Amino acid sequence: MVEVSGMANVSPMGGINPGVSQNLCEVISNKKIGAYHHITLAAPAIAEHAKPGNFVAISVGDVRSSMLLRRSFAIYQTVPRGPFGGTLEIIVAPHGPGSTWISERQPHEKLDVVGPLGNAFKIPKDPVRALLVGGGYGSAPLFSLAETLRQKNSRVEMAIGASTADRIFAPVEGKRSVHSLMIATEDGSLGSKGRVTDLFDNSLSSIDIVYACGPMAMLKALTEIGAKTGVLVQCAVEESMACGVGLCMTCVLPVRDNDGTIKMLRSCIEGPIFDGVAVQWDGIGTIPPGTYGAHR
Amino acid sequence: MSEFDFATTLAQAKFPNPIFTASGCAANGRELSAFFPLNEIGAVVTKSVMSQPRSGRATPRMAETPSGMLNAIGLQGPGIEPFLKEDLPWLLDNGARTVVSIAGESVEEFSSLARKVRSAPGVSAIEVNISCPNVENRGLVFACDRSSAREVIEAVKRSVGNTIPIIAKLSPDVTDIVSIAEEVVQAGADGLAMINTLLGMVIDTETMRPKLANKTGGLSGPAIRPVAVRAIYQVHRALPNVPIVGMGGVITGNDAFELVLAGASAISVGTASFHDPSAPVRIKRELEELLVARGFQKFSEAVGFAHRGDA
Repeated sequence: MVEVSGMANVSPMGGINPGVSQNLCEVISNKKIGAYHHITLAAPAIAEHAKPGNFVAISVGDVRSSMLLRRSFAIYQTVPRGPFGGTLEIIVAPHGPGSTWISERQPHEKLDVVGPLGNAFKIPKDPVRALLVGGGYGSAPLFSLAETLRQKNSRVEMAIGASTADRIFAPVEGKRSVHSLMIATEDGSLGSKGRVTDLFDNSLSSIDIVYACGPMAMLKALTEIGAKTGVLVQCAVEESMACGVGLCMTCVLPVRDNDGTIKMLRSCIEGPIFDGVAVQWDGIGTIPPGTYGAHR
Repeated sequence: MSEFDFATTLAQAKFPNPIFTASGCAANGRELSAFFPLNEIGAVVTKSVMSQPRSGRATPRMAETPSGMLNAIGLQGPGIEPFLKEDLPWLLDNGARTVVSIAGESVEEFSSLARKVRSAPGVSAIEVNISCPNVENRGLVFACDRSSAREVIEAVKRSVGNTIPIIAKLSPDVTDIVSIAEEVVQAGADGLAMINTLLGMVIDTETMRPKLANKTGGLSGPAIRPVAVRAIYQVHRALPNVPIVGMGGVITGNDAFELVLAGASAISVGTASFHDPSAPVRIKRELEELLVARGFQKFSEAVGFAHRGDA
């Protein structure tokens, strides 16, 4: 198993990301890419501190909004310095009224953004052969991770899967940061027909580490493939969150910690990145037997 | 502006301003401290703590609702011992005036929790959460039954005496909140916190099943504010000398002002912190500006002001 360095921006207490700040951010651009919106925001404080895997939490509407809960988005990429100062880019999939409202914001409008939040992908100290797997817009945070890995002379393969071609997020500039890119769609409209996990045929023969972001079922399948071959699989989970900053305790999932105890951990603070083997995938939506503090 | 006296008191406890967090909406303070210094608000009310560590309930634990949210967390927390060893000292070291909220499944658990909190130095008050709606059995919502509510508060009072103020947290899901308030005050409560969430339910029309794993959950947010205003108004009218920590959908200083006019001596900011983690300090600033603009020289003059002239 490869040696990975700790996450410098996460305190050992599992506290909130120390780089976090709340900012009113101007929308610089909003481009439609397939089924998604690629939104660029002026966010110098967030751009300065963000690491691959971190996310932001954005409020819907103003103080009088009837939708109170923040929506969380993985950071696609940040540019610390540019014509607009530091910028932050996210990929928004409009599916409910809140994400639809955010996806409709136009240049010069402002969004209330809290970030960076959560932990970051662990980066191996030495060059590795890495496989990055994204489900739908779950590929968004993987491109900046690919850049970071390549700077460490790692070989980066990427695989992206979605139901249809318009749900594959693979921008041209992102493709340049990977050595190879495989695509799978369930309807066969782009790449090979089937699920992204089918691409590996249950083997990860030339891979040292897997990074994955997407639906829970995909993360679980990759964890199982990784476990068979002893490959570390780092999973960025998607749990619904009310606040994103560790207050509400709604985004928990059962995770086995270092001393072997299953705990209900917040994906916004202790995650969103977890070692796949630690997550009790089959126990999500339950309190697995033996969980710390389970009601007797 | 500088002459305005924003201080408030709850029994013998004094606070430089009346804006508190709400239990269960601020965790134990660390996360919010990334957004503002905790000593800027009146007090941090910690998440209701039980005797033992608690995993809480299965997910999904929440659903967004019109101008509100439904939650069924199930009191996830570390238990009283780690809380007193780690969380409470951290809060006090960071200058936070702290109201410790306790929750139990039996009278004995409340009593033993209160004894442990009493022996920890530096706590401003104890909130006795007898109204968490997310318990196994509605019969365990002590605040829904006069004699159960009385038993808990009497036991807590026996545990702490007059060393520290006791604030009983009440449920609006009762026929007559005034009679419950009178009962707990007779039993020894020094103040009242109201309102806890209302029991609600959301059914997902895609899956055609209840949205929460727990099926029901507590409704909070601006949707419940008129219920809070009514409950505070009724109880302040009946018990004008009993301090009330008011809460229920306060998002702006104007909302806080409404609860103060109804009779609240302090205001807890809950669900608003999920929407805006800076909400407690923003609401504090907005409320102060509003009170000054209305010509009040002291915060205490505004408490219950809507009752003036009533027969």
